[in-house]
Amino acid sequence: MTKEHVSTIAETRTDRIFLAGVKVMLTIALIAVLVPLVYVVANSFSSAGAVSAGQVFLWPVEPSLRAYQEALSDPQILRGYYNSLVYAIGGTLISVTLTIAIAYPLSRKTFFGRNVIMSLLLFTMLFSGGLIPTYLVVQDLGMLNTRWAMVIPSAIGVWQVIIARTFFRHTIPDDLYEAAVLDGASDLRFLWSIVLPLSKPVIAVIALMYAIFQWNTYFDALVYLKDPGLYPLQIVLRNILILNSTTGAAADVAATLERQQLANVLKYALIVISSLPVLIIYPFIARHFTKGVMVGAVKG
Amino acid sequence: MSGTIEVKPAPAVPVLKQVGTPARIRRPSRWTEARRSFRRHWQLYLLIVVPLAYFVIFKYVPISNAVIAFKDYSPIKGPWGSDWVGFKNFELFFQNPVFWTLVKNTFLLAAYTVLASFPIPIILAIALNEIRTGFFKKTVQLVTYAPYFISTVVVVSMTILVLSPRIGFVDDAIGLFGIPAVDFLGDPNYFRHIYVWSDVWQTTGYSAVIYLAALAGIDPALHESAKIDGASRIKRILHVDLPGIMPTAVIILVLGVGNIMSIGFEKAFLFQNPLNLAQSEIIATYVYKTGLLNADFSMATAVGLFNSVINLFLLLGVNFAAKRITGSGLWS
Repeated sequence: MTKEHVSTIAETRTDRIFLAGVKVMLTIALIAVLVPLVYVVANSFSSAGAVSAGQVFLWPVEPSLRAYQEALSDPQILRGYYNSLVYAIGGTLISVTLTIAIAYPLSRKTFFGRNVIMSLLLFTMLFSGGLIPTYLVVQDLGMLNTRWAMVIPSAIGVWQVIIARTFFRHTIPDDLYEAAVLDGASDLRFLWSIVLPLSKPVIAVIALMYAIFQWNTYFDALVYLKDPGLYPLQIVLRNILILNSTTGAAADVAATLERQQLANVLKYALIVISSLPVLIIYPFIARHFTKGVMVGAVKG
Repeated sequence: MSGTIEVKPAPAVPVLKQVGTPARIRRPSRWTEARRSFRRHWQLYLLIVVPLAYFVIFKYVPISNAVIAFKDYSPIKGPWGSDWVGFKNFELFFQNPVFWTLVKNTFLLAAYTVLASFPIPIILAIALNEIRTGFFKKTVQLVTYAPYFISTVVVVSMTILVLSPRIGFVDDAIGLFGIPAVDFLGDPNYFRHIYVWSDVWQTTGYSAVIYLAALAGIDPALHESAKIDGASRIKRILHVDLPGIMPTAVIILVLGVGNIMSIGFEKAFLFQNPLNLAQSEIIATYVYKTGLLNADFSMATAVGLFNSVINLFLLLGVNFAAKRITGSGLWS
């Protein structure tokens, strides 16, 4: 009673009905998002036969770990996992370094030509040469079918530059720079010892953005890579999940049916395995992610 | 334009005196300012060289490479050395029977996506904003946000599995209502619905976050005074919340409509199969096939360029219109 009447002027009947409606709607949204996710997980833990017969809905039928054993012993999948890790870690390091190297100077008022450079960057968001002209550049640089093609052509995102620049501008006061200069610090020294330690949150955000993008994308690999040994996980997934290429040769005719059934349950297990790293860390980073998006939006 | 030129009264540095005419000594010219900045902050210029080279090499060289749209590209002669053919590639493309199908498919798919994925996040955000912070609210937010972090390949495979006639549960569900099983992915008429609603499933939670932030930025005093005046929840949503998130919504809509022709390659390509090609072939996938699978570089570039130019004009046009109507646009 006491709590209520400080903040609210008695809720009317319509308001209470409305609020109930809102809650029902949100519950429906929650279920709509959750059901496919739970469905996939439940199937991945079921037996091959039950999955192929379509018996599984939200709870595993004839629980089995067979699909996971199969997936985790497939060299193609393990190779893809390893490659994706290499691209995600290496690509993120390169991307973050380059992003800071351009965002920091652009955030400084004393940097001559920063507005011209910024417009040049913004223009690339509006207009691009297109697929083939970019492909020609990558070809000329000799990057086709190398690991470099996965991390260099998409190294810097303009959006991430905007986020970092906005952060630097709003959190590093000019006085701080002047004080550092009086103490004899150079620009690079100031960036390294003062700006970077103060900017950990924004660096974490853009690093996560790059890492998740690298982990999830398949386009560059599709266009630039031919050697299956270099394929990232997403291309391997596409081959197995969507193009239905079976892994390994079927040993004999009798085993074919079993293999076919296994292929179905394997798909669910693969979905879980590939999405797990991101979905596990996501609840912890969601808030920072949001903040990063907002910082970028301030400037727009 | 650096608006800071006049602010500093130009400390009488000896450098100034050596340079040029004594009459203009009062205020450093842009050139002097540049030189001084170079000298004092050379490290910053050094720092920016590599990323700047990245933008030149991977963004601006491709734009110049796009001349091959007007040429008969020969790998030996290179983009600039190849022979000019004028607008031949464009004419061929416009005369090609697939032209209108591609434009129509691209436009309809993108327009449908914008129509569905623009209002739904706003509704979700407003609904979330109505209920008090607590476990339920946090759960809804966290769960609806999650699909954004799942890769396109996985979302497409999940959709295919869920909809597949034998294994998926959707057919069982509609079977309860006595509807016979449908082969969703084999019928081109379902392609757009599948594309758009899987997109809504994946991005609604993420997009709602932006509106939630905008809602949080609305002055609580407005709500308080509306309450005192006896406004119901619905009235307050209509007259306080909606106007409050209007500028944000305009920007999102401008970006959405402006990018209508550049709708993503990744997902459409994955959903494609020989059966639904009639509606799933869009400009981006056609460029990929013409260019990289058929190795017709000039034609693919022409098609891509046509698309980029239309897209640029759409974006500028929509932004102009939005500014006129609501007073807020991209570069407000």
